[in-house]
Amino acid sequence: MLRDEDRIFTNLYGFESPFLDGAKARGDWSGTKEILDLGRDKIIDLVKESGLRGRGGAGFSTGMKWSFMPKTSNGPVYLVVNADEGEPGTCKDREIMRHDPHKLIEGCLIAGFAIGATATYIYIRGEFYYEAANVQRAIDEAYASGLIGKNACGSGFDHDVYLHLGAGAYICGEETALIESIEGKKGQPRNKPPFPAMAGLYSRPTTVNNVESIAVVPTILRRGASWFANLGRPKNSGTKLFCVSGHVNQPATVEEEMGIPLKELIEKHCGGVRGGWDNLLAIIPGGSSVPLLPKEICDTVLMDFDSLREVRSGLGTAAVIVMDKSTDIVKAIARLSKFYMHESCGQCTPCREGTGWMWRVMERLVKGQAHVEEIDMLLDVTKQVEGHTICALGDAAAWPIQGLMRHFRPEVERRILEYRTRADRGARVAAE
Amino acid sequence: MSAAHSHGPAVAEPTSFEFTVENIELAKRIIAKYPEGRQQSAVMPLLDLAQRQCGGWLPKVAIDYVAHYLDIAPIRALEVASFYTMYNLKPVGKHFVQVCTTTPCWLRGSDEVLHACEKKLGIKPGQTTADGQFTVIEVECLGACVNAPMMQIGDDFYEDLTAETTEKILDALARGEKPATGPQNGRIRACPSGGPTTLTESAIKAGVKPAGQA
Repeated sequence: MLRDEDRIFTNLYGFESPFLDGAKARGDWSGTKEILDLGRDKIIDLVKESGLRGRGGAGFSTGMKWSFMPKTSNGPVYLVVNADEGEPGTCKDREIMRHDPHKLIEGCLIAGFAIGATATYIYIRGEFYYEAANVQRAIDEAYASGLIGKNACGSGFDHDVYLHLGAGAYICGEETALIESIEGKKGQPRNKPPFPAMAGLYSRPTTVNNVESIAVVPTILRRGASWFANLGRPKNSGTKLFCVSGHVNQPATVEEEMGIPLKELIEKHCGGVRGGWDNLLAIIPGGSSVPLLPKEICDTVLMDFDSLREVRSGLGTAAVIVMDKSTDIVKAIARLSKFYMHESCGQCTPCREGTGWMWRVMERLVKGQAHVEEIDMLLDVTKQVEGHTICALGDAAAWPIQGLMRHFRPEVERRILEYRTRADRGARVAAE
Repeated sequence: MSAAHSHGPAVAEPTSFEFTVENIELAKRIIAKYPEGRQQSAVMPLLDLAQRQCGGWLPKVAIDYVAHYLDIAPIRALEVASFYTMYNLKPVGKHFVQVCTTTPCWLRGSDEVLHACEKKLGIKPGQTTADGQFTVIEVECLGACVNAPMMQIGDDFYEDLTAETTEKILDALARGEKPATGPQNGRIRACPSGGPTTLTESAIKAGVKPAGQA
């Protein structure tokens, strides 16, 4: 288990003040100027060396992403922080924003410096009203103390940080939809290229990073890239916030070492699966978009990017949704299909039409009111949606269904058979 | 794409709207966050201000006012107002109850929470009580999944709910009280209910008993 001294988010549960006094006592804003004095290239190299991979779901190297930004630019350049936390199961950035907002603000300054940004926009989902209030208060404190704004931390670098609140749209978690939304438009993803590093917010070079990715950067640079790189496994390094929800005795958000066995995560921190480990049916290990895993895989799988990819799922946002044997697994996934239908922005036909079609078939499969052939037809439709849309929402709608059929097809078939039998019996009774 | 627009109480569509003096001040500060000529960026926060001023919904005149205020075409403001679910294009009750029913909440009993609302208030999702006090709707994930099931009323999150605590909250609101927000089962925020398994030193300093300690 990760030692307390190796945890980054030391105010995860709000035992201490989230604001500047508490933050400084936790070591935030110490030696920030010295970090900036390292220079852009060195900071990017160190973040690459640390092995930090994006914490928002895709797991792309954060340092690499920063290196795509132009080295020189005439005019504004932006860092955009994606705090539109909305992937079902995910509630980790919420804890950073309400209990440790200065880690995020300091990260904005350092990351902003590393990519040559003139300003940061933090895009927080509108429902997080009080979380946004804490972040705004932290921003105000940082300005008042000269930590951001003109000559931030006495470094000679100017950097503004602004908050922008969303208004209820999962799709704005997609980086180009989020950019559209900051521009005051409907949150509909843009075609890429051009990528945001070339033309993002207001058509200017832009990097979009997740809250957690940015908030861990100051600690990585203070404690050293090798400290972070030595936690977890190669290419899957560092610590990670895990949010464990569903059928565990004590749901919780906790910071652990990457690569912790899934079973250990649940038993050490969440009081185990309701009714014991043997009562486990399946787990969605990385937020609603990733395929579920049946118990036999959960027994041994490690919680990191590559381990979960090997079992055809993903770490995603590290939101672990646990389902015990009382769960109607088909209904659990059908509810996710409804979510994606609701959240499709409507721009691409395969997603707009496909998500609704998939949900309607899933609802029939919950009752078994279908033909067995429709399972393959449904899978075929998921393949026609997946990869055929501007953004990954179509993929995200397809994967949970594919995961269900990969591991629980017999259960789906059983329901169809049972429904048929019942219907036949009903017909016979009617005929008599 | 489909916004959850509720069937609200019978409130007449107002014929005019303008920001209060306080909101004009706030609007100026919001617009100043964005670069010169990019004032369209302020459309979402300004629609939110207008909605709050109108008692939780956005009449057409308010949307047009915001568009005019920002010097953008009215359709640009309307398409934003109709795209995002947090803008209500119909009136809602004084207490706007949003029950999350997405899978993580559903696994932990959001059906019971929703039924408790229906039973207590005598309305179905999408409806408003006759006295205009409560509107209930079902919503998608609100990002408090380790504290499931949960509902949002106004700006406040009520978490770790049961049918019983849901009814208590609604009763308290009906009496004009302000019930405590956050977890309703006594736990501390997103910390395991049996006490923290990590960060033990700061827990003890805060007077919180870590897990497994007598």
